[in-house]
Amino acid sequence: MLIFDHSRRGRTAAAQLPAAGGSLDDLPANLRRKDAPALPEVSELDVVRHYTRLSQKNFSIDTQFYPLGSCTMKYNPRACNSLAMLPQFLARHPASPDETGQGFLASMYELQEMLKDVTGMSGVSMAPMAGAHGEFAGVAMIRAYHDARGDTARREIIVPDAAHGTNPATATMCGYTVREIPTDATGSVDLAALKAAVGPHTAGLMLTNPSTLGVFEKTIADIQKIVHDAGGLLYYDGANLNAILGKVRPGDMGFDVIHMNLHKTFSTPHGGGGPGAGPVGVAERLLPFMPIPLVLNENGFYRLATEADLPQSIGRLSANMGNAGVLMRAYIYARLLGGEGMQRVAEYATLNANYLMVKLREAGFELAYPERRASHEFIVTLKKLKDATGVTAMDFAKRLLDYGYHAPTTYFPLLVPECLLIEPTETESRETLDGFIEAMKTIKHEAETTAELVKGAPYSLPVRRLDDVKAARELDLAYKPAALAP
Amino acid sequence: MPFIPHTEEDVSAMLGAIGAASIEDLFDEIPPALKTGKLKDVPDGLPEMAVARLMQERASRDGFWSSFIGAGVYEHHIPAAIWQITTRGEFYSAYTPYQAEASQGTLQLIYEYQTMMTRLTGLDVSNASLYDGASALAEAVLMAVRSHKTSRRVLIPKTVHPIYRRVVDTTVRNQGIELVELDYDPATGKTLLPNDPGSFAGLAIPQPNFFGVLEDVHALTDWAHDKGALAIALVNPTTLAVLEAPGQWGTKGADIAVGEGQPLGAPMASGGPYFGFMCCRQGFVRQMPGRIVGRTVDLDGKPGFSLTLQAREQHIRRSKATSNICTNQGLVVTAATQYMALLGPQGLAKVASASHANTVALAGRLAAIPGVTRAFASPFFHEVVLKLNDSAKDVLRALRAQGILGGLDISGRYPELGQAILVCATETKTAADLDHYVQQMERILSKRREAPPCAYKS
Repeated sequence: MLIFDHSRRGRTAAAQLPAAGGSLDDLPANLRRKDAPALPEVSELDVVRHYTRLSQKNFSIDTQFYPLGSCTMKYNPRACNSLAMLPQFLARHPASPDETGQGFLASMYELQEMLKDVTGMSGVSMAPMAGAHGEFAGVAMIRAYHDARGDTARREIIVPDAAHGTNPATATMCGYTVREIPTDATGSVDLAALKAAVGPHTAGLMLTNPSTLGVFEKTIADIQKIVHDAGGLLYYDGANLNAILGKVRPGDMGFDVIHMNLHKTFSTPHGGGGPGAGPVGVAERLLPFMPIPLVLNENGFYRLATEADLPQSIGRLSANMGNAGVLMRAYIYARLLGGEGMQRVAEYATLNANYLMVKLREAGFELAYPERRASHEFIVTLKKLKDATGVTAMDFAKRLLDYGYHAPTTYFPLLVPECLLIEPTETESRETLDGFIEAMKTIKHEAETTAELVKGAPYSLPVRRLDDVKAARELDLAYKPAALAP
Repeated sequence: MPFIPHTEEDVSAMLGAIGAASIEDLFDEIPPALKTGKLKDVPDGLPEMAVARLMQERASRDGFWSSFIGAGVYEHHIPAAIWQITTRGEFYSAYTPYQAEASQGTLQLIYEYQTMMTRLTGLDVSNASLYDGASALAEAVLMAVRSHKTSRRVLIPKTVHPIYRRVVDTTVRNQGIELVELDYDPATGKTLLPNDPGSFAGLAIPQPNFFGVLEDVHALTDWAHDKGALAIALVNPTTLAVLEAPGQWGTKGADIAVGEGQPLGAPMASGGPYFGFMCCRQGFVRQMPGRIVGRTVDLDGKPGFSLTLQAREQHIRRSKATSNICTNQGLVVTAATQYMALLGPQGLAKVASASHANTVALAGRLAAIPGVTRAFASPFFHEVVLKLNDSAKDVLRALRAQGILGGLDISGRYPELGQAILVCATETKTAADLDHYVQQMERILSKRREAPPCAYKS
């Protein structure tokens, strides 16, 4: 049932309406609306009950194990939410003078400094509002850097084939062409291909490390040298920063620019698809190009930097200061964890991933890179199972939902057939992992004995498998009841 | 260990299963020279009690203010129910709804949101949201250029928020797109159309504009269409309860409508998170960036919802995607959907008209004070530009000493206006709030006239 089905003409949530409206007679009649917009007319209880019930149709970290590879679905501490929502913080207008927000700005400044330290970068700007937004800022800085030096022939970005789709999409948005390079048999960047790809046209390389294949690029020192010797810059996609937080720093690996996904590594909520936060960190030579605003500390007075402070900045990415409330949650998380706590994140995320990987291998699952150590995630390939039984990675994923586990990431990265990318995170207990392993074994057995059962899953959710072809062909993107249809 | 459940026994059993002697051994593929030592600038962790104390102290230091600042972000009442439900774990800690069967709550909510937005804007389709109003305008500019066969120029009036224009510039600069600024009439504050604009792909039309002034949207829309370009409406969702919907502008209606979703239930919170909305006519749906939810059926023919038209997106199209965007601002949209349902058509219209009436009343009383005049003689919605015959910066500072944030100083961004402030009073302001502001403004200006420079509390 849609909220519109509860609507009755003349019904209101009366307590939410202002006591008095006002006259609009001074506004020109031709600029005023003739018919009121057909929003729902419902009571407050209708709204509370309807949306509470809708929430119950979701899987979430708070209700299920969510081993979604490359998404870092770890526990979002409740204190981060309640303290970021203290009423004074919520009431502050973003264009208020800096003098009225020293508590807020101090928190932002300290987060900026902590992010610099834990990534080994020289500067951090927290303006970008999501990972892809951070990527955009990072690549735009690479371009601004080359352009400022008059080095305008560099118009190509190199991206490994295992990269997230956002990497090539971002390079295009920055006016670059994209060159893909292959991965070798052990899951590492193919160095020979990289050497052949670089040249005077190379603006930079975008790299995720550990990669989306769940392994650390052991030859990072060589990669770094090849790209820098060719005059390119090195971009770190922070999608998998959780795997190395506090253990190795992108700055020490030679990266010039990075983005972080605070909704992964710093445990801010994913919120059903945002809001995220994608701060960027830069090495010294990119400092002048950072997006604004960032927070300056002038002898204990905190203020937002403007165009006047950074005249070479790539500019602004949002009307205000990025997703400030998300940054507050990340700051509170960082204070709860502290330095040692941050370093433990990578350790226990890696412990959980390697334990799960070993146990699944023992249970007969095939690993994509069996010779490699898992980082915080690893890949199982169901190619042989599919060939033998017809059960695909998608079927397997859907059946996991019936057992109360959110599915791992499926069909990504694209180069491993029938893959499940599994990331347990550090906040899950051994018992939870053991329960998941049992479910995986059970489904494997089902696939081998009653494949049709798995192919028809899920059975226990609010809906069964949906017709995506119909969704795309017969577009129904907004509710039009018969009475309103043309 | 905060948020890590492992006991010592767990750790040794798990290491035993892996065949590793220590957790450190699990990092043996990382070159030893790269390993990080102790972090210098990250303090030791604190228990929740201590962090709560720290944050409460900082919040108290920032305090509460009587704010009359608008400029794209508006103080509206937010019903208590909204964020209590929005922060339920099932919404708060869910991922993007890729696994549709396990995400029907989020998906149905987005479908309802898309429906409400199409009804507010009078357009056919809506996406699931973008980052904020400024980035939504940037995406609309890109969309107009994709849709136009030849031109890569887009006209943006100076009456569009100055920072929005900066964000658009940052976003499209490297794609060979030219942004052309249009002047405004100094008497009315409305956009002036150039005689010879040349070929262009789109025209941005703000309603109300940055000055709070109502533009002649019908004429602007028809003019853009007449020149073979798209009309991009930049609108405030609250005002759409009572102002003409972009889909009805001019003869054919605007093609794309974008704007800042913050007024629909998002707290101001020093800048976010908010969300940008985007609606368009059916014919442009495949050019739209961002997530879109569609209604379909499951294997048993039962209605359900899923992400659709994903062939536009980066995870499928990679370098040929319409945008690199993946997430939207899902959680804020969750709040906005409930806000629109709770307010309904009557409530939203009442919020809009009360905000308008408060601003009209305040502007009238402030402009009656010697040294204060209205910058433009034309109808405005819930914001107004006032010129001062005194330093805007100093006057605002003196008001602040009385607990009042009296508006935004726009003298720097619009030097031709002289000393000017942009003032807004929403439905949250009472008669006593307006009285207090007017009295203080009167007192400060007369005192500064009599004894310049005035002493003020710092």
